[in-house]
Amino acid sequence: MAYLTINNLHKRFADHVVVHDFNMNIEQGEFVTFLGPSGCGKTTVLRMIAGFETPTSGHIRVGGEDITHQSPQKRGIGMVFQSYALFPNMNVTQNIGFGLKMRKCDSAEIARKVAEVIKLVELSGKENHYPHELSGGQRQRVALARALVVEPRILLLDEPLSALDARIRKNLREQIRDIQRRLGLTTIFVTHDQEEALTMSDRIFVMNQGRVEQEGRAEMVYTEPATEFVARFMGNYNLLGAADSQRLLGLSINGHLAIRPESIHVLDAHSQQADTLAGTIRQHQLLGNIIRYQIESAGVTLQVDRLNRTASDLMPAGTEVRLQISRDDMREVR
Amino acid sequence: MAIAIGTIYFLLPLIATFEFSLKMNRDGYSFEAYKVVLSDPGFQATFGYSTLMAVLTIIVGILLVVPTAYWIQLKLPRLRPLVEFITLLPLVIPAIVIVFGYLKLYNSSAWLPLTGNDRATDFLLMCSYVTLALPYLYRSIDAGLRAIDVRTLTEAAESLGASWPSILLQVIFPNVKSAILSGAFLTFAVVIGEFTMASLLGRPAFGPYLQLIGANRAYEPSALAIIAFLVTWASMGLIQVFARNARPARKTA
Repeated sequence: MAYLTINNLHKRFADHVVVHDFNMNIEQGEFVTFLGPSGCGKTTVLRMIAGFETPTSGHIRVGGEDITHQSPQKRGIGMVFQSYALFPNMNVTQNIGFGLKMRKCDSAEIARKVAEVIKLVELSGKENHYPHELSGGQRQRVALARALVVEPRILLLDEPLSALDARIRKNLREQIRDIQRRLGLTTIFVTHDQEEALTMSDRIFVMNQGRVEQEGRAEMVYTEPATEFVARFMGNYNLLGAADSQRLLGLSINGHLAIRPESIHVLDAHSQQADTLAGTIRQHQLLGNIIRYQIESAGVTLQVDRLNRTASDLMPAGTEVRLQISRDDMREVR
Repeated sequence: MAIAIGTIYFLLPLIATFEFSLKMNRDGYSFEAYKVVLSDPGFQATFGYSTLMAVLTIIVGILLVVPTAYWIQLKLPRLRPLVEFITLLPLVIPAIVIVFGYLKLYNSSAWLPLTGNDRATDFLLMCSYVTLALPYLYRSIDAGLRAIDVRTLTEAAESLGASWPSILLQVIFPNVKSAILSGAFLTFAVVIGEFTMASLLGRPAFGPYLQLIGANRAYEPSALAIIAFLVTWASMGLIQVFARNARPARKTA
């Protein structure tokens, strides 16, 4: 039996249904991400797991125990908030020790555990600092330490990195994942950032309009999108409608055909290889290690990614090329 | 120019009152009037009584307003306009109307007699002061609560296992301390010189004493007026001090 089980969870605010029939099973020690755009219901599900929202219907079980209507205080679930939610009147040590104090631990135990977790999140030397004296990344590490020190059954992370700048975000996400692995902590992470979801998660639940669009291992969700929404949200997929698929590739499909930009091979215009399409480069964008081309072929504009190896690799607008797309790299989505 | 006129408008009567209060001795300026006033047992008794009433009013007011404002902000934000309206009523309903209402409701033949003995009347006076202080206390504390992210701080504390009393006492109260103190000093300033309620309820407060001295003496009322001004200004000054010392960037730091 899974460690965390959610069955038929619904949430309605007045006339607006925010979460529809949400189902999920998570094993102990798993790192799962809810990924989706703003308003898709991911934070609402997280808040229902934490106990801050009451489900309209459905059940949440942890280790076989039904916690659907339990108060947040009794759930033993830790939460890290996007806005850190550190107590401004307490210093780092007091913030981290707050949960232990509420559990009536003795002061020696509080001091020992707080010292351990401060070391774990690499905040040594900041013990007596107040939240307003810390940087964003340090504040979020205090928030993480505060949630970890009480040894929660499940750790919930509600977009904890979105208020930080790119470099700190990258460091902190590696640190969070490393700590999660070391402690074997069951973790649910909420984000709207695909890169974050892909780099951190064992499993991803892609959500849209209160429903799970697709669920699966990170690499699978990226390479095998099940729906047009997932294909659009997960990457810069080329999505061809039925008419474009017929005209460009001679394929008759229902729904859309999804082709990843990096799976299209760009060949020399004089290439003699079979099953290639003639195309013209319309424009390009330099994205650091990748050059993204807009290539027109049979009236369809395709996005194509190529590695940026040397400056001479860059093909200017107007260049005639041939495109090779393997049938295996085309995926029909709903 | 406008500032100069405004300053003269406010300061001139004050300077004149102060100057007059120093003229009790015919030989020249002295603090004789202040000496007389401060050594008067009536002054000491009434000022002590009003101070005690102000302190009790502040304690009861804080215990009433902080949980109310917190709960409104956290769970019932739609009720905020209604609560704001109710808390503003003491500003639009004259104190005399409120106190007559109390006398009608709580006289010695009422179902809850609160005018039968001194202690009960003191309690009634304190309740009426709480009512009078509501606009100042509620607005000040509500502003303090709005400056912090009450909801997220509460949820963070809940997820760490804190009970409601712990959340209020250890998380919310300390973070709205300067707002509470501002409200408290305003309340002190209002209560210390209040006349209507204390007079109509027949209690020995500082306000009625001021009136009594004013009707019978010449120089002492001016000295008392200056003392009352100083108490009010000290309260206002302390509000400024606490507001300035409040830690910046509080919003879910």
